[in-house]
Amino acid sequence: MTTVRVRYFASIREALGPGETLELPAGATVGAARDALIARGGAHAQALARGRALRSALNQALCDESVALSEGAELAFFPPVTGG
Amino acid sequence: MTPRVSIQTEDFDLSAEVAALRAQDAGVGAVAAFVGTVRDRNDGAGVSAMELEHYPGMTEKAIEAMIDEAMRRFEVRAARVIHRVGPLLPKDQIVLVAVTSAHRGDAFQACEFLMDYLKTQAPFWKKEQTPAGARWVDARVQDDAAAARWGLRSDNTGGAS
Repeated sequence: MTTVRVRYFASIREALGPGETLELPAGATVGAARDALIARGGAHAQALARGRALRSALNQALCDESVALSEGAELAFFPPVTGG
Repeated sequence: MTPRVSIQTEDFDLSAEVAALRAQDAGVGAVAAFVGTVRDRNDGAGVSAMELEHYPGMTEKAIEAMIDEAMRRFEVRAARVIHRVGPLLPKDQIVLVAVTSAHRGDAFQACEFLMDYLKTQAPFWKKEQTPAGARWVDARVQDDAAAARWGLRSDNTGGAS
């Protein structure tokens, strides 16, 4: 198993809170983590739904969902960025 | 030494920041600076206040990497980026990007490059207060297009999967 720390920001944080710990099979990807969270249903299914514009970062660098997770990684989901 | 990147709630002073960038470097022949400010209207609604959220740690790393990339692409002597977070009001300053170079072309280009990059890749989010209530600001496809001009892979607004 791989344990990752999940963090949420902006509208996703408002829906799901600041974050949580997630356990996944070894070798799981960022996309698999998103799917596992969606499978919880309720607010998770809504906030992380496929078809919603959502960005992800692994260990504080933007990534796409094909990237594999490593033990203890920090995984973040957030909406498109709007700074500047 | 002044850091290259600051994320702060406090306001900033453009003149002081530019003076600091130039102070130790007689090779500077050009300074380009951009200041972004809070508008009182957005997307057809009045905006009375705004709250800026960011991802501490990632924000600083992301902008540091953007400055490194600007220095690879252009003849930049020094750069300074300040981005405010927390509550802001119309007319407040939000962001400063200042770049020094020997000649104006590189300074102009590096400044615009950094802003276009920051708009689409730095983890900040704006929430604005309108007469209809609070709302998260939508990302703009024009910002992705602006980043794409520099050959930056930008799918900030796309992302749907």
